Amino acid sequence: MHYIPNTKEDRAAMLEAIGAKNFEELLRAIPRELRLEKPLSLPTAKSEWEVRGRMLSLAQKNEDLTKRISFMGAGFYDHFVPAAVRALAARSELYTAYTPYQPEVSQGTIQIIYEFQSMICQLFGMDAANASLYDGATALAEAVLLARTHTNRTKILWPVTVHPHYRRVAETLGRPLGLEAETIASPDGVVSRADLRGKLDNEIAAVVLQYPNFLGIIEEIEPLIEAAHERGAMAIVVADPIAMGILEPPGALGADLVVGEGQALGIPASYGGPALGLFAARGELVRRIPGRIAGVTKDRQNQRGFVLTLQTREQHIRRERATSNICTNQGLCATTAAIYLSLVGPKGLRDIAHACTAKAHYLAKELSKIPGVALAFPHPFFKEFAVRFPVSPTRIANHLLEEGILAGVPLRYFEIGMDDLLLVAVTEQRTKDEMDAYVAVVREVISS
Amino acid sequence: MNLIFELSKKGREGIQAPPMDVPQAAVSLPMQRKMPPRLPEVTENQVVRHYVNLSSMNHHVDKDFYPLGSCTMKYNPKINDEIASHPGFSALHPMQPAPTVQGALQVLHELSQALCKIAGMDAITLQPAAGAQGELTALLIFRAYLLKRDGNPRKKVIIPDSAHGTNPASIAMAGYEIVQIASGSDGLLDIGGLERVVDADTAALMVTNPNTLGLFESRISEAVALVHAAGGLVYMDGANLNALLGITRPGDMGFDACHLNLHKTFSTPHGGGGPGSGPVAVKKRLEPFLPLPVLSMKHGGYFWEWDRPDSIGQMHGFYGNFDVAVRALTYILTMGSDGLQAVSENAIINANYLRARLAEHYDLPYSQACMHEVVFSGDRQKARGVKTLDIAKRLLDFGFHPPTVYFPLIVHEALMIEPTETESKETLDRFVDAMIQIDRESQAEPERLHDAPMNTPVRRLDEVGAARNLNINYFAQTHGSI
Repeated sequence: MHYIPNTKEDRAAMLEAIGAKNFEELLRAIPRELRLEKPLSLPTAKSEWEVRGRMLSLAQKNEDLTKRISFMGAGFYDHFVPAAVRALAARSELYTAYTPYQPEVSQGTIQIIYEFQSMICQLFGMDAANASLYDGATALAEAVLLARTHTNRTKILWPVTVHPHYRRVAETLGRPLGLEAETIASPDGVVSRADLRGKLDNEIAAVVLQYPNFLGIIEEIEPLIEAAHERGAMAIVVADPIAMGILEPPGALGADLVVGEGQALGIPASYGGPALGLFAARGELVRRIPGRIAGVTKDRQNQRGFVLTLQTREQHIRRERATSNICTNQGLCATTAAIYLSLVGPKGLRDIAHACTAKAHYLAKELSKIPGVALAFPHPFFKEFAVRFPVSPTRIANHLLEEGILAGVPLRYFEIGMDDLLLVAVTEQRTKDEMDAYVAVVREVISS
Repeated sequence: MNLIFELSKKGREGIQAPPMDVPQAAVSLPMQRKMPPRLPEVTENQVVRHYVNLSSMNHHVDKDFYPLGSCTMKYNPKINDEIASHPGFSALHPMQPAPTVQGALQVLHELSQALCKIAGMDAITLQPAAGAQGELTALLIFRAYLLKRDGNPRKKVIIPDSAHGTNPASIAMAGYEIVQIASGSDGLLDIGGLERVVDADTAALMVTNPNTLGLFESRISEAVALVHAAGGLVYMDGANLNALLGITRPGDMGFDACHLNLHKTFSTPHGGGGPGSGPVAVKKRLEPFLPLPVLSMKHGGYFWEWDRPDSIGQMHGFYGNFDVAVRALTYILTMGSDGLQAVSENAIINANYLRARLAEHYDLPYSQACMHEVVFSGDRQKARGVKTLDIAKRLLDFGFHPPTVYFPLIVHEALMIEPTETESKETLDRFVDAMIQIDRESQAEPERLHDAPMNTPVRRLDEVGAARNLNINYFAQTHGSI
């Protein structure tokens, strides 16, 4: 047992110090009938050599993004991760620490959280951010719950262009608390202002919008936010952090809460998790924020230091009156994002966002040249777009997969009435050659 | 230490712009940003030095003893990280077609099977991203089950007063009222007290076993029977499962559901506060209510099944923290049935050894044999003017992370110590020596404890001041609205 240092002699000496004749004596509190009579029906211990071989054989069964060219998005993206991000996030000083309960020996972790919070506030144009939630979907759920408590209202309005999975998670968490959601019409992929105004009344706790939206479209959310505010509803915006390199931040457009998925900020896709739930709020809402928050303070010698603060919001103090039940969050992912954002800086983030946009528009334009292929919606988009083919998107995707290309995400998976569309995402990593290859395959499939 | 923002100088770059091999002129977007975000402008080597220096200010398991009770800070094996960071696992998009991720799905399947066997349960979801989310998932499953069975989800969930804070918080989020019962004088569930509150409104009882005092709930079967007889369900908070591997199983005790913390029992790193993973294992009758999607198999291939009308719905954007699952399976394969049993055996011996060695020096409110952790009280030292907080801060000077303090709430000045199986007798002896010295100092030179810590990167920090003069965003230090 190469992780268990006590020898047989150590155990004997310890049992003697305890005053127990044998190990069994320590288990006397467990009733006989509850004891397992046989060992667990699992294989016995294996060497590292064997385990490594077995696990790598499973890894090799997957067609990963180093072997396939990915145009998949829908919340998770194939952005470039600089080597320094991986190297720093892999430091065991950071990843083998627990939640920083003893700040004097956790200054690394807490200062990084403080830097992370400050960076997220900058990206989203907000006053306060927390240390992370599980993912974009649970971040939206927490935002919706906050709106319920803050407004003392129980209805939410959102369009289908808010990520369907996020809405489902928010529904799962909202249901037991009596939260109801209604859908705002989005003909042509953007919110109908008339429908929003028609549905807004004094019972709406919040209007949720996504920016750019789930279909990649950059919606003009400012008037929608104003409309929500006019009826006393909060405005919650789900935002893409990479887009913040070039787009006006939701905070500047009036959002009360901004949430999002931070996976794009240097975190490997890892089949959907760990992800990084981003959560930011206007200053006056700070005491309603769920989860951990790092703050600045001083030590006894008046040196600057960092601690977890406003802990009376949290479950370990406030118990059933806490703002959320969250304890463990996604600390290492927040660390990774802080390192990533430090490296890319304002110029790098803008360059990455520009490259995504330019490349996405190149692919969209080239695809549109193919007879029968068209963009589904006539609106400006960021790095992702929905496209309609004269054949089923699954057929297109299957052919592209044979050529080593993951074509995008068929929207039929989301049951939003767009079953004939493919959602295609283009990051800064994609090259003109890869996109030309994509277009060539589509051309061939359609003409055959 | 400087903040990264304080190293920033206009014109410094940490990456080179990505190549632009397509025309970029044509695109004109609406809502263009007027002011760039004030991210730091620093070079790569500055970033590396900054974060390496910060990292060196952390206590961590790879450095020394970390006996935080209920947190199971065991060694995180390196092979787990190597496997999880292999591109075959780390570079998978969550919406990839199932045929392209069969290896990943097999990992999830094999881990599910192993965890069900370890817990004595029939079915499992790996979706919850942490223990607290597991608790909430299970309560929502209970709610959906009761609603389907009786047309009524019932009203109350019972917890003992020794419960983790996440329990009442999860109960509130699940829309239930909390009924808290006092623990018995032996630190265990008070069966009489339970009997008095269980009724037809009882949706569930939540119990941590071993409980947060590190004691096995000997009368758990009676408690389960009481709640079941009233038509309620019983949940086990699995935070303390490290005591039970191969010894007994939640399923065999009668629990209807439990969560397991992969970042505790199954050796995955805590990451300075996450990511964790809190799978929920259930008995057969609760299986239809598991979150969407559910991993299934057809024609020899794995796929995600979405057509489950009784499901509570999705709890996570995708499938939970996959890379934590990869690590946990690697660990379970490494340890095997014999290794897992040795884990609990050594964890229990280590905790009892600390109990025996420190019993003369610190008050032990519940003196019976413990399981994987032991809870002392600092009452004796407090009478000398030394608080448990002072003891904790002094331990930092010895290079140890302190135990969990002031929890469970039912013990005055609590010191909750969980050594885990990956610590040697020598380490425990060093810790005992430090604790004995601290006890002596509490008599001879209490001011030394009030002044602690002396040897840490910063001295004792003003937490009250931090909340009073709130600064949680570098750019809003003078912002009036916070």
